[in-house]
Amino acid sequence: MIHSLFLINASGDIFLEKHWKSVVSRSVCDYFFEAQERATEPENVPPVIPTPHHYLISVLRHRIYFVAVIQSEVPPLFVIEFLHRVVDTFQDYFGVCTEAAIKDNVVVVYELLEEMLDNGFPLATESNILKELIKPPTILRTMVNTITGSTNVGEQLPTGQLSVVPWRRTGVKYTNNEAYFDVVEEIDAIIDKSGSTITAEIQGVIDACVKLTGMPDLTLSFMNPRLLDDVSFHPCVRFKRWEAERILSFIPPDGNFRLLSYHVSSQNLVAIPVYVKHNITFREGSSQGRFDLTLGPKQTMGKAVESVLVSSQLPRGVLNANLNPSQGAYTFDPVTKLLTWDVGKINPQKLPNLKGTMNLQAGASKPDENPTINIQFKIQQMAISGLKVNRLDMYGEKYKPFKGIKYMTKAGKFQVRT
Amino acid sequence: MSASSAFNEEKMGSSSVGEAEYAYDPVSGKIFSSDYNRHDDLKEMLDSNKDSLKLEAMKRIVAMIARGKNASDLFPAVVKNVACKNIEVKKLVYVYLVRYAEEQQDLALLSISTFQRGLKDPNQLIRASALRVLSSIRVTIIVPIMMLAIKEAASDMSPYVRKTAAHAIPKLYSLDPEQKDQLIEVIEKLLADKTTLVAGSVVMAFEEVCPERIDLIHKNYRKLCNLLIDVEEWGQVVIINMLTRYARTQFLNPNLNESLLEDGGSGDKTFYGSDEDEDDDEKENKEKAEAAALAKRKPYVMDPDHRLLLRNTKPLLQSRNAAVVMAVAQLYFHLAPKAEVGVIAKALVRLLRSHSEVQFVVLQNVATMTIRRRGMFEPYLKSFYIRSTDPTLIKILKLEVLTNLANETNISTILREFQTYIKSMDKDFVAATIQAIGRCATNIGEVRDTCLNGLVQLLSNRDELVVAESVVVIKKLLQMQPEKHSDIIKHMAKLTDNIQVPMARASILWLIGEYCEHVPKIAPDVLRKMAKSFTYEEDIVKLQILNLAAKLYLTNSKQTKLLTQYVLNLAKYDQNYDIRDRARFIRQLIVPTEKSGALSKYAKKLFLALKPAPVLESPFKDRDHFQLGSLSHLLNAKAGGYQELPDWPEAAPDPSVRNVEVPEWTKCSSREKRKEKKVEKPFYSDSEGESGPTESADSETNSASASDSASDSEQSRSSSESEESDEGSESEEEKENKNKKKVVKKAVKESESEQSSEEENRKLEKKIKQQEKDSETVSDDEESDSESSQSTSEDSESEAEVKKKAPVSRTPPKPVKKEKKEMSLLDLDDFEPATSPQVTPISTLLSNSLVTDLEGLSLSDSVLAPSTITPSGTLKSYELLHRITGEGLSVEYCFGRQPFSPDANMVAVQLQFTNNSTSETKNLHMKDVKLQSGMRVKEFPEIELLPAGDTASAVMGIDFCDSTQAANLQLCTSTRKFFVSIQPPVGELMRPVFLTENEFKREQGQLMGMNELTEKLILDAKYRNEHAIVQRVTTAAHLSRVPCGSDNECSPSVPPPDHPAHRFAGRTVTSGSLVLVTVATGEEGVAQLTVNCEKMVIGTMLVKDILLALTQ
Repeated sequence: MIHSLFLINASGDIFLEKHWKSVVSRSVCDYFFEAQERATEPENVPPVIPTPHHYLISVLRHRIYFVAVIQSEVPPLFVIEFLHRVVDTFQDYFGVCTEAAIKDNVVVVYELLEEMLDNGFPLATESNILKELIKPPTILRTMVNTITGSTNVGEQLPTGQLSVVPWRRTGVKYTNNEAYFDVVEEIDAIIDKSGSTITAEIQGVIDACVKLTGMPDLTLSFMNPRLLDDVSFHPCVRFKRWEAERILSFIPPDGNFRLLSYHVSSQNLVAIPVYVKHNITFREGSSQGRFDLTLGPKQTMGKAVESVLVSSQLPRGVLNANLNPSQGAYTFDPVTKLLTWDVGKINPQKLPNLKGTMNLQAGASKPDENPTINIQFKIQQMAISGLKVNRLDMYGEKYKPFKGIKYMTKAGKFQVRT
Repeated sequence: MSASSAFNEEKMGSSSVGEAEYAYDPVSGKIFSSDYNRHDDLKEMLDSNKDSLKLEAMKRIVAMIARGKNASDLFPAVVKNVACKNIEVKKLVYVYLVRYAEEQQDLALLSISTFQRGLKDPNQLIRASALRVLSSIRVTIIVPIMMLAIKEAASDMSPYVRKTAAHAIPKLYSLDPEQKDQLIEVIEKLLADKTTLVAGSVVMAFEEVCPERIDLIHKNYRKLCNLLIDVEEWGQVVIINMLTRYARTQFLNPNLNESLLEDGGSGDKTFYGSDEDEDDDEKENKEKAEAAALAKRKPYVMDPDHRLLLRNTKPLLQSRNAAVVMAVAQLYFHLAPKAEVGVIAKALVRLLRSHSEVQFVVLQNVATMTIRRRGMFEPYLKSFYIRSTDPTLIKILKLEVLTNLANETNISTILREFQTYIKSMDKDFVAATIQAIGRCATNIGEVRDTCLNGLVQLLSNRDELVVAESVVVIKKLLQMQPEKHSDIIKHMAKLTDNIQVPMARASILWLIGEYCEHVPKIAPDVLRKMAKSFTYEEDIVKLQILNLAAKLYLTNSKQTKLLTQYVLNLAKYDQNYDIRDRARFIRQLIVPTEKSGALSKYAKKLFLALKPAPVLESPFKDRDHFQLGSLSHLLNAKAGGYQELPDWPEAAPDPSVRNVEVPEWTKCSSREKRKEKKVEKPFYSDSEGESGPTESADSETNSASASDSASDSEQSRSSSESEESDEGSESEEEKENKNKKKVVKKAVKESESEQSSEEENRKLEKKIKQQEKDSETVSDDEESDSESSQSTSEDSESEAEVKKKAPVSRTPPKPVKKEKKEMSLLDLDDFEPATSPQVTPISTLLSNSLVTDLEGLSLSDSVLAPSTITPSGTLKSYELLHRITGEGLSVEYCFGRQPFSPDANMVAVQLQFTNNSTSETKNLHMKDVKLQSGMRVKEFPEIELLPAGDTASAVMGIDFCDSTQAANLQLCTSTRKFFVSIQPPVGELMRPVFLTENEFKREQGQLMGMNELTEKLILDAKYRNEHAIVQRVTTAAHLSRVPCGSDNECSPSVPPPDHPAHRFAGRTVTSGSLVLVTVATGEEGVAQLTVNCEKMVIGTMLVKDILLALTQ
């Protein structure tokens, strides 16, 4: 299946290679570089590139291309999903997945890749199993290891590999038993010029951080499970139970994991928490354009809209922007023509506003396209769909865990067309 | 380590190739020598005694490998550490080894023995990793070793090791495709494995090695379906893809009736496509035929197995793994009835939230699906709306989907959406949008005019690319109804002054030429302008100018004759030969001369023929002949190794092939079937040797270790049918088959003679019979499909037995229930110290001995092979310690065949020590480590001094417990320890006994049935004489010959003297079970080999060995 893996940084250097079968010369990446040159943007490099003898399947994460070389038929998603899993694992191990982090931990990276694939077929991708096989590097452990000569590599087969719950290791012990669940919802929306919603949907996830001793069996029930239209589960969730009773019943993995991602049915009207008043115009014949943008809260159920960030790709003809924000700070990159405005919190009494002029190239005709405005925001303590967790129960263990649930709403791909 | 060395490494990387040569070159630069020193320093670290230094060195080497630097010259230094105790060093050495073994094959061989040892380690992780590395070393010489290791691991107790074995199969296959047949056997065996851990990996191996052997799947189909949800996600993908193919060959098309009934719409356009030009009569006929066909076809009933697959895969649409979701989606698309396919849409739309690479692949597949089944995605139309932040690749694919989804009802919203897209800054995307509008306009008649107007507006766009694209699309649209749109043509004629994009100019010229009758005034003027600029135009534009000129000349020669001449003359001297050719051709056709042929009459028809309007088709049309979700589908080209998705069969193949035997002693109705089964898969066949060990693992799990999960035991139980059929046959045939009953009796009788406790055993026999009846009723009641209940019923029986028997005797439970166990049970007396009256410990102990009995099996067939081909008369000696691994000390061993005086139950092993080193070796002695339970060793007396170059020999005794399991020992010198193992060929596990022919026959009579193994063979011409046979057999096994002919008179059935039967007898060393061998020769070298031995395992192996000895 997967023959080799090359990691390529933004400047086109291959800084790591790993082969699971015979060695494939790194010159195979030349085809990738060709495709990269043809693509205008980094993300426009086709994920699958056929070459005379191999196929290159790549993903781009954290400005690093992970290029897998394959030789014969294999479902492309299989490879792509695996590569993303590799990135997730690196992130999990090193905190960040950057070129520097990978280079610093190259031995751990190699050991991980060795465990994750055997002959190009995934062997162990579950982070709990991997962590038993190869302990994540910490400063303390590195120091201890250099002094004592002990190793990061486990000697026993991880218990999870053989059990029916491969995602959880046995013998977990905590002094403070706690289980936290974050319900995070993202609003994807396209708002048209006049302010009406073209499409809006809510995608939610429940991320959990469970630190419980032993083998707890948890059930989580919702007040309004009917809201959830389409769900995908962590493998630990018992599907039958959900089908029958709409209850999440599971033996959780140890630590952080994504329990559930869901989609709120499109029949429900989605509340749009912010509105934008905009006036972006270019006049024929003049080398100036006007820019006026006001943000305001709407349908927020009294919660504050925070961490608001507005970004917009201005037309190529714009040379410079001379704007004046009523709050926060703005930047304009004259090379990429990207305007970003870090608004912060929206104060309903004094709406944030960004106003000023844009300078166009002299003599150029008026750009006929209008920029779209992307907005990011956060609303704490609210799930915009109204989803509510009813209760969380634990079976199988005697102690009383500390339980916590947090709600948050965020903007996903929230776009306003102008 | 230090910063400076790291710096060095960085700097030297580029020159690392060939540094060794340079390093010795005295003239070479400083750089190279320092480079050489650097490696020297690594070598030093690797040679040191400290693990931490070794680890540091290995880390640096691995870092070099990771950066793609060549580290191959360190090979000897690294490979030495392959047996290092530190597990991290070891792992890194493995990494290194796998990377460079291919380049340094000879040196790599040094490490093999370490892995072979690792394969026998009690820690399953070490066994598995040894197999993993061994199989990853791409050195052809070790193929036989790999094969053996895979076979052995395929029967390992640990499912993890078996999984690794499955992974190793494709590796071996790619190294040596010759092994295919043997590998298929292993795959077949592993396919029967019931653990979820193994399922995915073995199906992967199946797909890589023998995807055409669909017949191997039949028996495992239902099991795979049921296990699917618990298999790890990567395995799920592979299994689902394979099952899709399987289902296509085995089930009927669920949509067959529908596709006949439904109207052209989406499904079978081709079918009705030709209708338009058919006569009414014909049509009627056809309809009748269809109706008849429909009537004839039985109402479709879905095969329950087909339904099972659909039902069990559906929950996986909820998987978090996009690849799994896609796999299920394609399965539904290819296999499900139309009404049910819809469920996949929601899941696929969900994937659009994922990373852009995932979106890319999913959208490609959605695009293909929308062509076939548009309705499925219509509710999710808005999910395909395009955001300005999407990468262009994604935008274009979404556009494709939107276009495919467009119909009369939603076209207005889609067009409104398209209008905003046209304003995008991404010009490639705008161009694609214009194309999409064009396609919508051709597909949906109602909006054609609206679209055309919109596109015409775009002609005044400031961006030339947009205009050009519009022109091209308008041209295609106008072709549909040119007469209505002369004003648009006029408008476009004006554009020729401004527009520069060649494709657009060419399109305009073609339009004007084609429809010059609609614009009679403008057309000649355009030609005039073009003639002026002809030389500056691009080639495609020039060709269209020529076309325009020709068409105008034909329709309006008065005005354009001169212009045409001029253009043709210009073209005559053009640099491009296509244009010169075209000019010559046109001139001949249209300008009448004396020589001009008959064709010129038809010039007008040729040039101004009515041209069919182009059909704007999706590039995704007909892509679904590739399996969706596959690489080939994505590329729209067959990728290497792609397996075609077969068409549905006309008639369903026999569904009963998927029937799996219900666990034995369940349904009486299935008995007949089971009988047949047994014939198909002879209990005593060669393959038996392989299923043996699994069984042993099984019995151990059942009785000895409670730690292993139930699934494990389930699995191994199923993988070896032997036990089941064993039990089943006895309980069932008790009633039906007198023969079998005899066997039981005889077995018991045999034990009588062995133990001379007749009285007790008679009682026992009666008990047993009763017991059997009991057990039958019990198990009949408890009929169930789960294996676990099988074991419970067994347990309950045994409990019952214990209760019953407790007062009678100390005989342990289940004496007849399990033939094999019974054997060892009755041998209990030979286990001197371990025997105890309690029931439970015995059973564990027994099963242990069983394990040892059986585990050796898989080794035997090839390991023993050389031993049996020994040249006659000499004792074959085996290597215990090679002089390289032994650092100068080499040890060989052979089986001397003399009785071992200190303990008669031990096999004497002669050891021959040779000191090849330059220094003397002291204190040679042995320590027993890791002996299988029951095994005992009598060490040889310590050899205090072995001078350099000298040899010494010693004798030791090993009680192998009648198993060919290797005895793992530790050989110690004053300085070193070596792990060695001694493996006995089965023939050495016995000692000869003297029997007369009559005695022999009597004993043989009691060892019939299950204890008798018969094999036909053809003797080699050289070995047909008596002497050769006797010699070969006695070499292969330590047996004594039974004198024959002494009782020729008394037995009338004796074969004629020229075809005599040769008989040999012996007893196993530990338990003293009888081993009887008969070789009856017949005509032309045909012979029959019969082995009677109550230890069936020993018997099976012995047959193999003697067979080998006699035929080779």
